[in-house]
Amino acid sequence: MIADMLTVMWKERKGLFVSRGSRSRAMLSLLVPLGLVAIWFPFIEGARWVSSPLALVALLIPIMLVATTVPDSFAGERERHTLSTLLASRLSDRAILFGKLAVAVAYGWLVTIIAILLALITVNAAHWQGHVILYSPAVVVADVVLTFLMAILVAGVGILISLRAASVQAAQQLLVMIMLLPPIILAVILTVFRKQVASALSGLSFLEVVLIAMGVLIVADVILLMIDMARFQRARLILG
Amino acid sequence: MAEIAIRTENLTRNFGQIKAVDGLSMEVPGGIIFGFLGPNGSGKTTTINLLLGLLEPTGGKAEVLGFDTRTQADAVRSHSGALLEYPGLYEQMSAEDNLEFYGRVWRMGAAEGKARSKELLTHFGLWERRKESVDKWSRGMKQKLAMARALLHRPSLVFLDEPTAGLDVVAAASLRDDLAGLTTREGVTVFLTTHNMTEAEKLCRLVAVIRKGKLLAVGHPDELRAHTGAPHFEVVGSGFNENVLNMLRARPEVSAVEVQDKRLSVQLRQEMDVAPLVSLMVGAGVQVEEVRKGKASLEEVFLTLMEEER
Repeated sequence: MIADMLTVMWKERKGLFVSRGSRSRAMLSLLVPLGLVAIWFPFIEGARWVSSPLALVALLIPIMLVATTVPDSFAGERERHTLSTLLASRLSDRAILFGKLAVAVAYGWLVTIIAILLALITVNAAHWQGHVILYSPAVVVADVVLTFLMAILVAGVGILISLRAASVQAAQQLLVMIMLLPPIILAVILTVFRKQVASALSGLSFLEVVLIAMGVLIVADVILLMIDMARFQRARLILG
Repeated sequence: MAEIAIRTENLTRNFGQIKAVDGLSMEVPGGIIFGFLGPNGSGKTTTINLLLGLLEPTGGKAEVLGFDTRTQADAVRSHSGALLEYPGLYEQMSAEDNLEFYGRVWRMGAAEGKARSKELLTHFGLWERRKESVDKWSRGMKQKLAMARALLHRPSLVFLDEPTAGLDVVAAASLRDDLAGLTTREGVTVFLTTHNMTEAEKLCRLVAVIRKGKLLAVGHPDELRAHTGAPHFEVVGSGFNENVLNMLRARPEVSAVEVQDKRLSVQLRQEMDVAPLVSLMVGAGVQVEEVRKGKASLEEVFLTLMEEER
C-alpha cells in the first residue's frame, strides 16, 4: 500500500506544484498566510512573539492551505471526471485516500514550518537584542505538533465535505467557514470570560495547555480518519 | 487469455425502485470486440461498473477473466483497462505525465513504462505532442490518449464506454481504425458500449442489445439480422403500376411492397433468390435499371428489437 500511496502522492504533487497554471495559483495562495505569520505579526510583536501563545496564529496556515487543497483534490477530481478512472484502476481505496491526504497535510504543515522559521528571522532582524532570539520549547511544540494535527483535522473534515459537496468551490467555502468558526468562538470566549478562563488555567503552564490540546486533536483526528475511511469507498463513490 | 472473458448470471442492480440492470445473463468470449448496444439510460454504464467491481450487484453474479467481481474485484481491475464515460485525463498535466502516472499505478518499471508510452503515443500519432498539457488538445486527441492509457499495462480486457461519443466524423473514424488495429495486434478482449450501430457493425464480432437493463438479443450481427431484420430488395426503374404491385403482393414469399418515385422496395419473408420475381416484373412491363439486394442494417435490427420490446 505504501508504494501505491507514493504513486498517488506523485500525481497530487504534480497537480499542486508542477502543472502549468497551478504553480502561480499555489504561490498566490501562500502569500497571505506567509505575509501575516512570517512577517507582519512577528514584526509587530517583536520578542514577545517567540515565547507567547501569540505564535499559535501559525495554526491559521494549515487551516487556510489545507482548506483549499483538499476540496480540489477530492471534489475537484470528481468534478473533472478523473476520479472514476482512478477508481477503475488497481489502486486501493485507502492508497488513494491516504495518498491525497498526505500531500495536503504535508503541504500545509511544511509551509507552516517555513513560516515559523521565517518569523524567527523577522523577529531577530527587526528587533535585534544583541543575541539570537529563539522560540521557547512550549511554542516549538505548539507550532510544530499542533499545526500538524490541525492540518490532519482540516483534511479529515475537508474530505467528508468534499465527498458530499456539489463543487470544489462549495466545498472550499463550507470548509473554511467550519474551520474558522471554532477559533472565532474561542476568541470570543477568551474575551468575554477572560478572568474565569485565566483562573481555570492558572494551575497549568502553557506547555500543559498545549499537551491537552494535542490530546484532544489526536482523538478528533483518529475519529475523523476512521469516518473518512468508511466514507471513501468505491461502492459509495460510484453512482451508476 | 480466458476462453470466456466475461460471464454473467442473472446479474441485477437496482437503484431504489429502478432496475438499472435486470437479470443480465451472457458470455463474452476472449479475444474479440464485443459490442454492448443500447439507447441512453439502458444500463450500459452500470453494467461496466458492475463488471469492474465498482458497484455491488443487487443480485446474480459476474465473472470477469475468471475472477468473481464481488469477491475478487481488485484482481478484475488489475487485469483490465477502462476508458469510461469521460476521458478521465489530468488536463493540467502533459500526455507524458498522464501515462507516467498510470504506468506507476500499474507498477510498470520506469523503462518499460516509457517504452510502452512511446509505442502507444506513436501508434496514436501523439508522440510529437507528448510534452504539451492535455487541456490544449482536441477531444479526439484526448480520447486517443485515454485509449492509450487504458491499454498501457497490456490488459487482457478493456472496457470502452462510448469511446467515439461526441467526436467529429473524422476523429471517430480514426479512433475506430486505431482500435481495430490495436485489438488485432495485442489480442485484447474489448467490451465496447455504444449506440452507434455503424461502429458496432464495423468493429464487433458479437453484439448484445440491452434496453431498460434487460438483454434483448445477443449474437453475431448477421445472426441478429437473420432473426430480426427481414431480407429485402430494391428495384430502380419505371412502370411500377398497380397491377405489378398487386401481382407482387399476391406472392407468398413477399411480405410487403412499397413504391417511392423510381424505387420499388420489396420485403421478403425469408432469404431467397430474387431473379424469378424480377423476371415476373419485367414480364409485366417494368423497365428495370438496377436491382439491389440488401440485408437489414444493424440499425434496423436494433430499432426492430426496441419496437418489439415496447
